[in-house]
Amino acid sequence: MRGEAGVTEGRPVRRRFAIVARYALLTVLAAIVLFPVYMAVVGSLLKTEQITSRPPTMLPTHPTWDSYSTAWSAGHLATYLRNSAIVAVIITCGQVVTAILAGYAFAFLEFPFRRTLFVVFIATLMVPFEVTIITNLNTIVSLHWYNTYAGLTVPFLATGFGAFLLRQAFLGIPRDLQDAAALDGYGHLRFMTRVAVPLARPAIAALAVFGFLSAWNQYLWPLLITKNDQLRTVQIGLRQLRATSIEQVNVTLAGVVLAALPLVVLLVVFQKQLVRGLTAGAVKG
Amino acid sequence: MREAGLAYALVLPSLVVFGAFIFYPFVRNFYLGFFRTPPFPGLPKKGVGLTQYREVLTSHDFLNSVKVTVLFAVYTVPTGIAAGLGLAVLAHQKLRGIGIYRTIFSSTVATSVAVASVIFGTLLNPNVGLLPWLGLQTNPSILQNPSWALLAVAITTIWQNLGLSFILMSSGLQAIPDELLEAAQIDGAGAWSRFRNVIVPLLSPTIFFAVVVGSIFAFQSFGQIELLTQGGPTKHTNVLTYFIYTTLQQQQDDGKAAVLAIALFGITLLLTLVQMRLLERRVFYAR
Repeated sequence: MRGEAGVTEGRPVRRRFAIVARYALLTVLAAIVLFPVYMAVVGSLLKTEQITSRPPTMLPTHPTWDSYSTAWSAGHLATYLRNSAIVAVIITCGQVVTAILAGYAFAFLEFPFRRTLFVVFIATLMVPFEVTIITNLNTIVSLHWYNTYAGLTVPFLATGFGAFLLRQAFLGIPRDLQDAAALDGYGHLRFMTRVAVPLARPAIAALAVFGFLSAWNQYLWPLLITKNDQLRTVQIGLRQLRATSIEQVNVTLAGVVLAALPLVVLLVVFQKQLVRGLTAGAVKG
Repeated sequence: MREAGLAYALVLPSLVVFGAFIFYPFVRNFYLGFFRTPPFPGLPKKGVGLTQYREVLTSHDFLNSVKVTVLFAVYTVPTGIAAGLGLAVLAHQKLRGIGIYRTIFSSTVATSVAVASVIFGTLLNPNVGLLPWLGLQTNPSILQNPSWALLAVAITTIWQNLGLSFILMSSGLQAIPDELLEAAQIDGAGAWSRFRNVIVPLLSPTIFFAVVVGSIFAFQSFGQIELLTQGGPTKHTNVLTYFIYTTLQQQQDDGKAAVLAIALFGITLLLTLVQMRLLERRVFYAR
C-alpha cells in the first residue's frame, strides 16, 4: 500500500512537468509556423524607412496603416481583389453546376457508353494543366478572350473531380426515395433539383470550397492571359505590386495581408467543408 | 431512349470544356512537336518529324531541368509530409486549448503560392534587415546563390503546403481508433514505439497518397519559381514548368514547348500510375 502511495505521489509532479513540456513544444512549433506571417504583418505596419532598420523592428510600437491605403488604391489591390472574387465565383458556380449535371447522369441514368464516358471524365485528372497551356493560349486568343473574364474562367468551368465527387454523393441516396419520387410523378429534373441536390449538400459545399480555393490561388494561367490591372487577379496583382513598389516593402506586405485576408475569413467559416473537400481528394483514386 | 438523350445533355457541358481545353490541347502537343518554329515570325513552320523530340529531350537544358525538378520534389515532398505528420501527432492529444494549435498548424492553407513567395522573398531580401542582423548572409544573396536558391524555394513551398499536409495527416490520425493506441500504451509501448509501430503503419495509406500526389504537385510548381528566382541563378532553379513557360513566352517556340509539355505529362503519368497501384492495394487492405 505504502509503495503504491509513493508512486501516485510522484506522478502528479512528473505528469505536470510532462504537460508543461508538451505545451512548450507546441508553442515553439506554433511560433515557427506563424513567424513568416508575423513578420509580414509587422512589416506592413511600418514606415518605409523603418523596413531597412537594423536591428530589424520586431514589434511595431507606432503602427501606421498608410501602407494599407497605398496598396489598396494606388496599388490597385481593390481592383485585383474584385477581379479575383469575380473569377473565383464564376469558376465555383460553373464547377458546381457542371458537376451536379454530370454526376447525376452517371449516378441515376442508364445510357450507352456510360462507363467509357466516366473513364474519359477521370482521364482529365491525369493531364496537368501546365501541359495544355500552349494550345489553350492560342484558342483563347483566337476566340478574342485574351484579357477577359471569359478567358480567365471558361477553361475551368468543369472538372472530372467534381463530377466524381457528386456521383459518389448521389449514389449514397437510397433507391427507395427515387421510387417514391417517381410514384409522385417527379421527372428526373424535378428529382434532381428537389431531392438529389439538397441531399448532396455536404458534397456540394466541399466541392464549392475546394473549387473556390483553387480558383483563387491560380497563378500560371492568369499570368499568361491578363495584360492590365483591369483584369489582373490578386495573385498576379501581388507580383505587379512588388515590382512597382520595390522601394516600399511595407506596401507590398500590406498587399500580401490584404490578399490573404479573404481566404482566412473563408476558411474560418468553411473549415469543415474544406477538410471534407481535401480528404475527399485523398480518396478520390 | 429519352433517358439516354437526357444523360448526354447532362454530361455535354463538361465534355465540351474537357474537349476544348484538356483533350484537344493535349493531343495537339504531339503534333506541334513535329514542327520547328521559325527563327523569325512570319516564316512558315518546318516539319522535322521526330528530330525536334530527339534534340529537345537530349539537350543539356532539358536534362538539367529534369534534375532540378526531381531535386525540388525530393527537397519538398518527404520533408513536407514528415513535418505535417509530426505536427499532426503532436496536436493529436487531449490537452486544453489544443484547438488553437491545430488552427495555427493548418493556417498556411490560407496562403497562396504568391502570398507565400512574396513573404519569403521579403524575409530573404538582403536589404530588409532580418538576415544580415542574424548574420545569415551569403554572397551572393540567398536567392541569387547557386547553392541556396533551390533550397530557399523549397522551404517556401514546404511552409506553404504545411497546413495542407497537417490537415491530411490529422484526418488520417483521427481514423485510427483510440483503443489501439491505448492498448499499445498499456502494453508498455513508449511514445516513439507507438509512433513507429502503430501510427505509421496504420497511416501508411495516407502517407503513400501524400507522397505520390505531393510529387505530382511538386512537378507542377511554378509560381514560387517565377516570383522568387525566375529559374536562376544560371538555371539552377529552372524546373520543367518554368522551362515550358519561358520557351513559350520569351522564345515563342511552340514546338519546343510542346515537347517539354509532353515530357512533363510523361513524368506525371508515371507518378499517377504508381498512385493508382498503391490506392488499389490500399482498398484491398482496408477490406
